[in-house]
Amino acid sequence: MGLLSKKDGKLITDPLADNNPITIQVLGICSALAITAELKASLVMGIAVLFVLGVGNVVISLLRNIIPSKIRIIVQLIVVATLVIIVDQVLKAYAYELSKTLSVFIGLIITNCIIMGRFEAFALGNGPWRSFLDGIGNALGYAVILVIVGFFRELLGSGTLFGIPVLGDAIEKTGVYSIGYENNGFMLMPPMALIIVGLLIWVQRSRNKALIED
Amino acid sequence: MIEHIELFFKSIFIDNMVFAVFLGMCSYLAVSKKVATAVGLGAAVIFVLAITVPLNWLLDQYLLQPGALKWLGPEYADFDLSFLSFIMFIATIATMVQLVEIVVEKFSPSLYNSLGIFLPLIAVNCAILGGSLFMQAREIETLGLALNYGVSSGIGWFLAILAIAAIREKIRYSNVPAPLRGLGITFIITGLMGIGFLSFGGMLTGGDEEGEPSTEPEPTSQVEQIETEKSVELANNTKIIE
Repeated sequence: MGLLSKKDGKLITDPLADNNPITIQVLGICSALAITAELKASLVMGIAVLFVLGVGNVVISLLRNIIPSKIRIIVQLIVVATLVIIVDQVLKAYAYELSKTLSVFIGLIITNCIIMGRFEAFALGNGPWRSFLDGIGNALGYAVILVIVGFFRELLGSGTLFGIPVLGDAIEKTGVYSIGYENNGFMLMPPMALIIVGLLIWVQRSRNKALIED
Repeated sequence: MIEHIELFFKSIFIDNMVFAVFLGMCSYLAVSKKVATAVGLGAAVIFVLAITVPLNWLLDQYLLQPGALKWLGPEYADFDLSFLSFIMFIATIATMVQLVEIVVEKFSPSLYNSLGIFLPLIAVNCAILGGSLFMQAREIETLGLALNYGVSSGIGWFLAILAIAAIREKIRYSNVPAPLRGLGITFIITGLMGIGFLSFGGMLTGGDEEGEPSTEPEPTSQVEQIETEKSVELANNTKIIE
């Protein structure tokens, strides 16, 4: 963090924990949870949001004095939609399988509340560099949660990480399966993502009492 | 007629916007503290979905699909504008929401007072864009079915937010562990409701799965079942891209 002043550094580190977009600000849950059954998809989703939010924040911040406030929502939506189309086309060209798994959820980055939320709350009132840092920080905070959820769901649900078996072979009964361990297929079901996030919130809030709601 | 009924119940229960694909979670969590506001937002979502899904269906059919520009003349038959769908859909949604707001304000102030404050929120509700994107991905065939899909997925969302708002009103009087209060317990309840909604999965097949002879719990059967579901989903998705 030598490059950044203390205040700028906080823009990146705050959203990682104490002001996390998912567990504290409750933004961007929409498109996040459905794709966390695999770690790889979660990671790609995190990177996609990192790109869109980082670049989008800079663009909005540069335009902030030109955009009439009445039509700002539409302008913001157009900026995000353009960036998301770029991400979608790149994924289709270089990672076709993955783009099929993510299907419409890449498109749903457009209405990801984190993005609109950060545009409204930060980029419209701050310079490009600080907006960029804020975008990166929030996208990382989002990606961290996705990766944690994806890690547990893939590990417990199918015994693999990034598609590589880490717990041994379920059919040949090697590794931990030899002592009677079974994959929990339930973890691959959509509702388990919500329960895992709920448990994450529980852990985070019990470690930091200041975050508890009344 | 039968496909209308099938799609209607499928979109409400099996492919429920909230419990099956997590769409519109942000407003779902933010506006579900009271039943009255939840009803307002739910009604607005049904309303906007019923307008935007058929509109975007027309756009998709006559503008965006590969070969959709045929009506302009044979030389346009090779055009494929489907990469523009995101921007077209979101522009339609944003303008329609604005338009609906203006019209409702002009002609029905009482409806405006109950729906009005939620309308701007809706432009960026994932459920609305998701409705259009899923309409495109599932290759809904006719305008009537698209309208049906919009209305019924709206109703599904409405039921979900109504249920969670009612539960949250009651849970205020329960003794929830302090760190779980508010957001945490809402997530977990939504997860449990989602598990409940999974049981609707057998509705369309008439519960065939239970009738199968292999009642013995095989270790991999559940995973396999999910994987086949996934591959069916993948197959559906490839259809769009091809």
